[in-house]
Amino acid sequence: MISQIVSAVGVVIAGVFVCALYYWLSDKILQIVFPVPVENVRAASVNLNRRAMVRPWLFLGPALLLLVVYLVYPVVATFFLSFYDRSGGNFVGLANYRWAIQDAQFRQSIFNNILWLAVVPAACTFFGLVIAVLTDRIWWGNLAKSLIFMPMAISFVGASVIWKFIYEYRGGSETQIGLLNAIVQAIGGSPQVWISLPFWNNFFLMAILIWIQTGFAMVILSAALRGIPEETIEAAVIDGASGWQIFWKIMVPQIWGTIAVVWTTITILVLKVFDIVLTMTNGQWNTMVLANLMFDWMFRGGGDSGRSAVIALIIMAAVTPIMIWNIRQANKEMGGH
Amino acid sequence: MSAAASLRRIGLPRLIVHVSVLVICIIWLIPTLGILVTSFREAGQITASGWWTAFTGAAETSAARLGEPSTAKQNGTNYVISGSVFEGGKGGTVRAFGTRVAAPTEFTAGQPADIGNGETLTVNEDGSYTYSKNAPFEGRGKRVYLSVATPPSFTTENYRTVLTSQGIGQSFVNSLTVAVPATIIPILIAAFAAYALSWMEFPGRALIIALVVGLIVVPLQMSLIPLLKMYNEIGNFFGVPSRSYAGIWLAHSAFGMPLAIYLLRNYISGLPREIIESARVDGASDFEIFVKIILPLSFPALASFSIFQFLWTWNDLLVAMVFLGTGKDQLVLTGALNALLGSMGGKWEILTASAFITIVVPIIVFFALQRYLVRGLLAGSVKGG
Repeated sequence: MISQIVSAVGVVIAGVFVCALYYWLSDKILQIVFPVPVENVRAASVNLNRRAMVRPWLFLGPALLLLVVYLVYPVVATFFLSFYDRSGGNFVGLANYRWAIQDAQFRQSIFNNILWLAVVPAACTFFGLVIAVLTDRIWWGNLAKSLIFMPMAISFVGASVIWKFIYEYRGGSETQIGLLNAIVQAIGGSPQVWISLPFWNNFFLMAILIWIQTGFAMVILSAALRGIPEETIEAAVIDGASGWQIFWKIMVPQIWGTIAVVWTTITILVLKVFDIVLTMTNGQWNTMVLANLMFDWMFRGGGDSGRSAVIALIIMAAVTPIMIWNIRQANKEMGGH
Repeated sequence: MSAAASLRRIGLPRLIVHVSVLVICIIWLIPTLGILVTSFREAGQITASGWWTAFTGAAETSAARLGEPSTAKQNGTNYVISGSVFEGGKGGTVRAFGTRVAAPTEFTAGQPADIGNGETLTVNEDGSYTYSKNAPFEGRGKRVYLSVATPPSFTTENYRTVLTSQGIGQSFVNSLTVAVPATIIPILIAAFAAYALSWMEFPGRALIIALVVGLIVVPLQMSLIPLLKMYNEIGNFFGVPSRSYAGIWLAHSAFGMPLAIYLLRNYISGLPREIIESARVDGASDFEIFVKIILPLSFPALASFSIFQFLWTWNDLLVAMVFLGTGKDQLVLTGALNALLGSMGGKWEILTASAFITIVVPIIVFFALQRYLVRGLLAGSVKGG
């Protein structure tokens, strides 16, 4: 164990050193290859231009290499793999897509994903907005925000253990040690095995993600609320608007853009939800979602790269509109510079 | 008057706001508190009572048999049996007792109870009892039911168990081995790229920025299959293990790269132009400008991103499951916890202690560096985990 720590520390130092060395050395080589002689002004300016042309690519090189190898190439490869059989060796046309449409588990996953998409982003944004408005108005609001924001730091696996303990069910006459069942028992209901209740168990899993992500929505929306020009609110107060009217008619419309950003960010996260389902149910009891089904097919029976590529492509297709919108926004911002 | 101040004037009365925020905070805190408290309880107590009773002590229902009629002593007209209900068993504090299994808390401890048939039974809190009857006792010793409170007790034994015998200690080191290099390497690479994209003119710059922005949202799932194949082929070709720390460092660096470049470019391109141009006029090379001016000035952005990346790599399960082995020397905390959920389901003393060890590092990082985290979130809220 000690040797592992030592070697990890060594790697960190060596890695940083190698990186720094690359940038420093490549800059030096550039200066040697394209010298700037003092006596020959023409040659000097030509070489200075050459340096300026090459240098950006030296700086960008490692980053571009990583992006191409780990993201660009795999996206293209996954697209092609979806037309090949399980080993990726034989072309099978649309067979994998046909399989997906007819597969009951795939349809179940699509249905569950839509359910997650309908509930989680809306719930997080709503709770986040309400909590942001409330905490902005009290002196210990920042402390409250910290506490609600805290689950953001917890891993999905850790959060799953935390919530599994809340949903814990004990059979027979044993004492219920899960909080939910204890509450249900205290108000006269009968304890349930929550995570295997068909259909409703999806919502018990969603609660975990809502618990984690509400803090994120709250932080972003709170900053947006503080950015609202005070004159608009003052004017509304003078005109005799009620708090409710000010909230819905003055504040919400002004932070509409931020709400959209929060909503889409959580939407992307929900599309990729994996850890929670894996640790809580592993897709049993009709809780399967696309990311888990995809992972399942990556290794099921030695792995089926064709089918799992189709499932990945569905997730990709769902984020593509958001991606295009983001790129357009970024281009617009750069145009404005 | 600030916007926040104007907000204070509108809407609900103050008290309602305070109470509702308090309720929300409690709801948000209770789940974590549950596993924290449970991780310090003994296994027996965890299953005997809910963790919320941990501080008041657990009330267990138990049964005891009073002394045989032959031990009765005559006292005037009464026959009396006395002794302790805890004979031969563990101690505790008797809260209540009863003579029927359906009503184990019928009578309060310390007060004489008329249980019919001319019999009177008193069970004191310390367990001693007096059982008297106005006629000789018959049959076997009487069965009584007790509600016994055991005092709250906490232990660190669970942590010792999981750290040593459940491999969580080793996994903790493994997680650090993954997360620290996977945080530092991408930052350096992304910072150079962000500088090039901000302050250097070259053809194709806009295209690369668009590519980076687009890649931010590409789901990890798209990369997994080809990369898994590629890693296996490289492993076979060179005769090295396909799942290694080097492999996951590069994978994490690459997956974090788009957001890193995006965040850092936003920050670096906003630095004042005069500083960089005057340095250029003074004859500083781009490398010198980067190291001596850009890096120190971009500290807030670097800090924001490194917190993101650290939390993301520490908390990640999917990438580790695909690119890292499940052997003892490679299993990270999230993977170990997931495995324990399968093998130790229901053993909450193991699960809660392991879970708490898993989440304690991110929580410390979170509270210590929350400022930078929030700043980063506000700057880059397009990715989402």
